[in-house]
Amino acid sequence: MKQRWTDYAILVSAIVVLWQAAYYFAGPEAIAAPMETVRRLGVLMSGARFWGHARATAVAFAWAAALALVGGLALGVAIGSSRTAHEILTPILSTLYSIPKIMLYPVILLVFGLGLSAKVAFGAMHGFFPVTLFTIGAIRNIPPVLLRTGRVMRLARLDLARDILLPAALPEIVTGLRIGFATTLLGCLIGELFASSEGLGFMLIRAMDIHNVPDIMALTLLLFVAAAAANTVILAVEKRVHSHGR
Amino acid sequence: MRHPGFWRLVIVGGAVLALEFACRTGVIDRVTMVPPSEMVAALVRMAIGAPWFWADFGSTFRNVCVAIALSIVLGFLLGLVIHALPRLRAVLNPVLVSYYSVPPFVFYPLLIVILGIGPASLIVMGAMFGIVAMISATLASIDRIPRVYGKVARVTRLSPWQTALRIKLPAATPHLITGIKLAVSYSVTGVIAGEFIIATAGLGRRLTLAYNGFDTATMYGLILLILIAMTIVNSVLQRWETRIHRRWYRA
Repeated sequence: MKQRWTDYAILVSAIVVLWQAAYYFAGPEAIAAPMETVRRLGVLMSGARFWGHARATAVAFAWAAALALVGGLALGVAIGSSRTAHEILTPILSTLYSIPKIMLYPVILLVFGLGLSAKVAFGAMHGFFPVTLFTIGAIRNIPPVLLRTGRVMRLARLDLARDILLPAALPEIVTGLRIGFATTLLGCLIGELFASSEGLGFMLIRAMDIHNVPDIMALTLLLFVAAAAANTVILAVEKRVHSHGR
Repeated sequence: MRHPGFWRLVIVGGAVLALEFACRTGVIDRVTMVPPSEMVAALVRMAIGAPWFWADFGSTFRNVCVAIALSIVLGFLLGLVIHALPRLRAVLNPVLVSYYSVPPFVFYPLLIVILGIGPASLIVMGAMFGIVAMISATLASIDRIPRVYGKVARVTRLSPWQTALRIKLPAATPHLITGIKLAVSYSVTGVIAGEFIIATAGLGRRLTLAYNGFDTATMYGLILLILIAMTIVNSVLQRWETRIHRRWYRA
């Protein structure tokens, strides 16, 4: 564990050194120095409007994540439990997953207008498909011998689901939820970049428009650190779930 | 019981017909969406008549292809290196899994300062977005190579390069294709996003122009084009994937 922390310290200092080097190489027009970025972030975060924007992003993300995770799980379980449905529908879903959804932003704008629902739709659209596909995969990959064991033991449907299906499928489902979580956040931020009038993504696109390099860097740093922190927590949960059955 | 492909066709066809019906009867108004038949007509009209069409299509196509090639090759090589260094991998893992939470095209304006407005910025943007999917897929696919293969390599005294090319690459291919699919999708997203923000040519720019000019038919024609292209690429890759899976797991 101690070695792990040393490694993280080395990683962070390596990033800072590379960042500083990039600053010397590319100049202040292209990139802000690490110290300046952090200072700028402090200024931004003590500003009056910042927390309103952060709240807008958080609200949109919460709605989008709830829709994507719940909807994806429900559809995934429904399709995963039927072989026919899986054979027919999974290729359609995986094609939808691979479509670059960014090209749909004008459609989302036309349908939902500028505001919360556009962002939520965009975020949910990104997270929904990975969650569905991973859930289907998790259920389809349950070894048949487990089901047969359950039948031999004459488990009731509910017991079968709770004691056999859930533990067998959970690891992959959690992986899907993690990926869905990350892509939902991506979708919300893209939605804010192109289709909104508030939120951190909106702050970003405004900074991009007037080429305010320190603001771009500061906001990106903040978003990345927040996402990395959340993902680390989910990753730790995932690791526990994955090692549980072994 | 008919072939699943038949039912897929029924479902997709039914959805398109329903959309056509909803648009024609005014349930969906014309400003929001034009009927699918008019999307096709607009696309055909552009392909035959619009002087800009093939130039913009060619520009986006070329940039996307280069970006995909870069992200697949570099992603695979970086994946090999990171896999060989477990300590590096452990610390990089949170970075890799968080990468796709933040849209990297926020760095696009900064890229423009370094590389200028033009194909180079778009290509780097696309490759930046695609490469991490490929790195993650490479890591996961090497993890799944059975240990006995490594032993075979050692017994036959293959050099590290030979091991990578003759054993690791073929054994990892089934899972690598998943990464290739994602890298393709993300590279396209990166290039088109760049074209949305600033570009002098390309389909993404045309899409924005059409949207800003309230030219809904052109806009949906272009979306349809990207949709068709991506569906074709994806189904080719999927077929390849199924074939390799079958070859590998026949036994």
